[in-house]
Amino acid sequence: MITEALAGTRIAITGSTGFLGTALVERLLRGIPDCELVLLVRPGRRGADRRVERDVLRNDAFDRLRESLGRDGFADMVGRRIHPVGADIGVDGLGLDEPGRALLATCQVVIHSAAAVSFDEPLDRAAEVNLMGPVRLVRTLHELGSSPHLVAVSTCYVAGSRKGDAPEVALARSPFYVPLDWRTEVEAARRTRAYVEDDSRRVARLAELQEAARAELGAAGTPALAAKTEQLRERWVKEQMVEAGRTRAASVGFPDAYAFTKAMAELAVDEIRADIPLSIVRPSIIESAWAEPRPGWIRGFRMAEPIIINYGRGTLREFPGIPEGIIDVIPVDLVASAIVAVAAQQPGPEARIVQVATGGCNPVAISTLTDLIHDFFGHHPIYDERNQPISPARWTYPGRGRVVTQLSRAKRTLQTAERAIHALPVRGRPALFAADLEERRDEVEKAMGYVTLYGNYVECEAIYGVDQLLALWEGLPAEDQEAFAFDPRVIDWRTYVYDIHLPSVLAQGRVKTAPSPGPTTSRAARLRSQVLAPERHMAAFDLENTLIASNVVASWGYLATRRLPRADRVRLIGRTLLQVPGLLALDRRDRSDFLRSFYRRYEDAPVDQIDEDSLDMFSDLILSKSFPAAVRRVREHRKAGHRTVLITGALDFVVEPLRPLFDDIVAAELAVERGAYTGELTQVPPTGETRAAALRAYAAAEGLELAQSVAYADSTSDLPMLEAVGFPVAVNPEAKLASLARKRGWLIETFDRAPGAPRQLLPVGSVRR
Amino acid sequence: MPKDSHRHPRPGFVLEVDRSTPPILFHHGEGFRLEKLPAGRSRVIYPGEPLDGLANPDAAIRDALENPLGDSEPLSALLRPDMKLTIAFDDISLPLPPMRRPDIRQRVIEAVLDAAAAAGLDDVHLIAALALHRRMTEDELRHAVGDRVYDAFAPSGNLYNLDAEDPDQMVVVGETDQGEVVQINRRAAESDLVVYVNLNLVAMDGGWKSTATGLSGYPALRHHHNPATMLRSRSFMDRPRSELHHSNWRQGRVLRDAGIRIFQIETTVNNNTFGYDGPLAMLQKREWEWTGRDRALFMAMQAGLGRMSKRARRQVFAQWRAPYELTSVQAGEVEAVHEQTTENVMRQQLVPVEGQTDVLTMGLPYICPYNVNSIMNPVLVACLGLGYFFNLYRGRPLVREGGVLIMSHPTPWDFHPVHHPSYIDFFEQVLAETTDPVEMSQKYEQQFAEDEWYRHLYRTSYAYHGVHPFYMWYWCAHALDHLGAVIVVGGDARAVRRMGFRPATTFQDALEMASDVVGSRPSVTHFHNPPLLMAEVRCASRRGPCAVALARSPAPSAARPSGSGPRRSCAGPSSRCARPASPQPSSRRRRPVARAPTSTPTGPGGRRAGWRARRSSRR
Repeated sequence: MITEALAGTRIAITGSTGFLGTALVERLLRGIPDCELVLLVRPGRRGADRRVERDVLRNDAFDRLRESLGRDGFADMVGRRIHPVGADIGVDGLGLDEPGRALLATCQVVIHSAAAVSFDEPLDRAAEVNLMGPVRLVRTLHELGSSPHLVAVSTCYVAGSRKGDAPEVALARSPFYVPLDWRTEVEAARRTRAYVEDDSRRVARLAELQEAARAELGAAGTPALAAKTEQLRERWVKEQMVEAGRTRAASVGFPDAYAFTKAMAELAVDEIRADIPLSIVRPSIIESAWAEPRPGWIRGFRMAEPIIINYGRGTLREFPGIPEGIIDVIPVDLVASAIVAVAAQQPGPEARIVQVATGGCNPVAISTLTDLIHDFFGHHPIYDERNQPISPARWTYPGRGRVVTQLSRAKRTLQTAERAIHALPVRGRPALFAADLEERRDEVEKAMGYVTLYGNYVECEAIYGVDQLLALWEGLPAEDQEAFAFDPRVIDWRTYVYDIHLPSVLAQGRVKTAPSPGPTTSRAARLRSQVLAPERHMAAFDLENTLIASNVVASWGYLATRRLPRADRVRLIGRTLLQVPGLLALDRRDRSDFLRSFYRRYEDAPVDQIDEDSLDMFSDLILSKSFPAAVRRVREHRKAGHRTVLITGALDFVVEPLRPLFDDIVAAELAVERGAYTGELTQVPPTGETRAAALRAYAAAEGLELAQSVAYADSTSDLPMLEAVGFPVAVNPEAKLASLARKRGWLIETFDRAPGAPRQLLPVGSVRR
Repeated sequence: MPKDSHRHPRPGFVLEVDRSTPPILFHHGEGFRLEKLPAGRSRVIYPGEPLDGLANPDAAIRDALENPLGDSEPLSALLRPDMKLTIAFDDISLPLPPMRRPDIRQRVIEAVLDAAAAAGLDDVHLIAALALHRRMTEDELRHAVGDRVYDAFAPSGNLYNLDAEDPDQMVVVGETDQGEVVQINRRAAESDLVVYVNLNLVAMDGGWKSTATGLSGYPALRHHHNPATMLRSRSFMDRPRSELHHSNWRQGRVLRDAGIRIFQIETTVNNNTFGYDGPLAMLQKREWEWTGRDRALFMAMQAGLGRMSKRARRQVFAQWRAPYELTSVQAGEVEAVHEQTTENVMRQQLVPVEGQTDVLTMGLPYICPYNVNSIMNPVLVACLGLGYFFNLYRGRPLVREGGVLIMSHPTPWDFHPVHHPSYIDFFEQVLAETTDPVEMSQKYEQQFAEDEWYRHLYRTSYAYHGVHPFYMWYWCAHALDHLGAVIVVGGDARAVRRMGFRPATTFQDALEMASDVVGSRPSVTHFHNPPLLMAEVRCASRRGPCAVALARSPAPSAARPSGSGPRRSCAGPSSRCARPASPQPSSRRRRPVARAPTSTPTGPGGRRAGWRARRSSRR
């Protein structure tokens, strides 16, 4: 009956690139002979044809069809039956071109499944997509003068955060209905965006964001800080909009902006549809397939997956939820079949509403589900990087408040520890510890995010009625029931969770479900071999804390005290030590300002004397404080045929003895007058952005590709240089760079001074007789 | 205890350990251990007490210069006003530890310069004969030659360190009949006379090795500083049986034949390494003769050192200057001088020992030739134990073939970044891959030797040459080939394993581990060194030196097949010579017997006759 009703028809589908949409396309192609599908997709840069090819048809959902038809047969069938049309439901008129309009006008059925399904969607985007999307679709159909059967995919959660039965009735007839005007809501959402955008540009706010960018990046230079500030501003705006959505939804009794805008959409479509027959299908939480096209088929990461994986990894130790509460999950193939069945029904004047859910007929309690998951991970654990199985915790459902309190406390503790480490001048291993803390905090924040996002769903106590669905099912002839199974009562939860869903989620999440065979090469070792691969062109090195554990102050101290009488040495060093806090502060603010002012101290230093003493300083200070592994790395680069360059804000005479190590040295230079240094720099010292610029200029002049180059540096002031190359390496990073490098997956090296190397308390020159 | 000037210094001797023997001193880097050796099957070889120093060293030096040995005229007769004179002298690696001022080199150089001044010479250069060692610092040069000489020559650039990597400074003078390149410093080659000022601390020093090695560079050194040569030097402390020396001698004769005139001055010092009194005096006494003061000082020192950081301990020890006294000075023709000098070294150091042992134990001190004012890194630890100390034998190795060497040293994973940069890479890269001297020489030696960066550091900073760590490992080649296992007590386990040795926490553990290799109840011999001693190892079965072992090989033994010849120095299988590792019945406990007196093979005849070692019966 379904087959006959839809055979030969032309069906338009929105959202076919999504999880449900893909299942629907597959179901229709395989189940309804000779129906044609008009797929309305955002054309993107590649055009609608390519997009359908890449994002829909290449999916493994179609493997079954491809197999039965053969590669050519499948292509042929697709060519005949699928008509990609570029369309955007965010634009009035859907942005259709003339052929698209013509094609849409000929459709007998339109299935609208496009939606912004994520639970943390900004309010205005949720409104534009979820609410205005179907409104625009209906208006376009009106314009075209066609009135096909519109099947709108909604969600069970339009019933709102309620307890008890939620029957399959129109919202307006629901006893808990809060009368709202959807037009007002859309306007308000758009205005909120404008308010928030304005707010984000207020002086105080921008100053705050700038401060945050500086705290994250340090003295990384104006462009990097500007980019970061803008990124933070955009993130702030998004957070505000998400919060606005959540709050607005909660204020009118919905769990989130998604459910809220979907509910508004049902009202709006019903209001403006006029003669267009309407069916609304409300699925609950859609998860992997029960049987079609194969058990466990899933596309992308759905709602429960991150939670499941994080639970398996042991990072989600506790979760809110009511143990005896019902979690309403429905396999995607049941939803797709139900939609097809609804589409095949003769629509009446009243909108038909069908809920595809399990709560009403085959409920599963949260505790049952989590017990199954716990059991599953007990038998099929995820393995950590040391090849040990991770043993999952058993949730005790202490209630949402407790969970949130625990998480907030953990977050606060980690934050304090992190801030303490950031305040200390640590680098290398302790700094990596700060990065570890930050990772832990990120995990806690993620967990917190899940709790806020999904808490409403696992604490939902509504029971979604499926009377209409079952009536529809009972009314189907046996052959349809076999071909388009959507009876939720067939699900055996143990089989579904244990044998179908979890294996599929783990495969999809690419988690380590078996210990890796043999010794594993660490990520660092892999990155290291990439860095040293012969294809690389150039390796650029910073000096301070990358090659040697010393700085411009120490080398100045050495050179300045070398020929002083004892008493004067002590006095000079004492005076300099008093200035250290000021110097540090200046250095933190702007490296080149610091260098410029500090190098003034070389005024009147005789060139001959400095040259002579620099050679001794090479042994006494630079080599004793060098990192042998770093020096070895430079040499390895040279051996691999890479160009090696030292780019440093240190003075040229200080690094001159290092020349045999490098192909080129770019260093700061002081002007000379009458055989003595003037204390003025001849050029802007190569630090920060200037360093990146110098590197770019050097690469361009030498015909080297930066994308094929490696850069080694230790602090965020070197970010421009690190970001300029294809293979950045953080050496003994300070805390900020350590966490950045971790996040970006850069190679982090800890180079130490030679164990046992002589240590000197104060930077004074060895006595010269 | 101040030196008793009325007493003859006692020669070295071998103590048989019984239950009443006190714990024995082991040097342990910048520290010491006292270890109880198993009674009934152990012995301790003690060095001889310091010989008397020459009463008037300066007069003795002048006398030697004017009464040269061999085919040489007196120094004053060799000097002419218009000639070029080059004085080369041994570098920081001698003596060990550095001696108190005035250094013997200073005394000799001043005497030579006085003679030069008297002859009206003014073209004089002084060169520190580094070969591939690190450059000496100003302070070190001042210590070696004295302030007066330094101030007179250094500012004008006439006192300097050899730079064996300066192509302008070095010249190849020819090849030996075996194709060995002979290279020398150009100034020396072009001088009318080269005076080489030696300090012969051990028997390997001096002779042609001074000039052929000290004043040359990698192109020449690689012919004898290699595993094959070291395997054929049994030992390299025993010139007639040392392929290292044969090669040097061949090179030296090429120098001589090329017309380079060398006036060799060699000096020897006594065993007064730690002083007759002073804080370290007990280190050169026999344990049962320690006074109450010695014991108190030792305990205080141990407690003090235990509280210090590694760095501080190093600094404390580095300050020690040995009160060595000059015991002889020889001058004249190289080979004649060296014969005499070696005899004088042996007079102080040689100790006769009956038979080989299953397990040889030694405590390694804080210093070796390459870490003066520096850090004794693990490679140097290996070199000191397996290279220098192991080879301090004449005849046959102290330990039987397949036996075990137990060394005690903290072996920290520490390196001096300025002095030993190539060691760091050698340890991290080469030793991580192979500990086989032959394999590493083929695979890595050239790469390290010709590395531009190491060359730069050797020439401009104070780094040992890039190839130097390889030489250290080659120095161990004979021992590595000979031994069944090497155990390091109290060392950094990671560093010890990296070198292919076994780490042990305690001496008792080490002995247990050794028995896995050599059987239960092995014989144990402790090499109580420093002060320095050289073991003359004879067959246990016979009185007198092992006939074959001491049969001098005919001079330059070119014909000996590499690596195979000297493996069996004794006629029979080694088990016949070595004392068996079988358990000894406890009833056979013997009283310690001093073996030295009647059979001391060297030294002026009769001088020690009638002396009997006595053992304190206390403890």
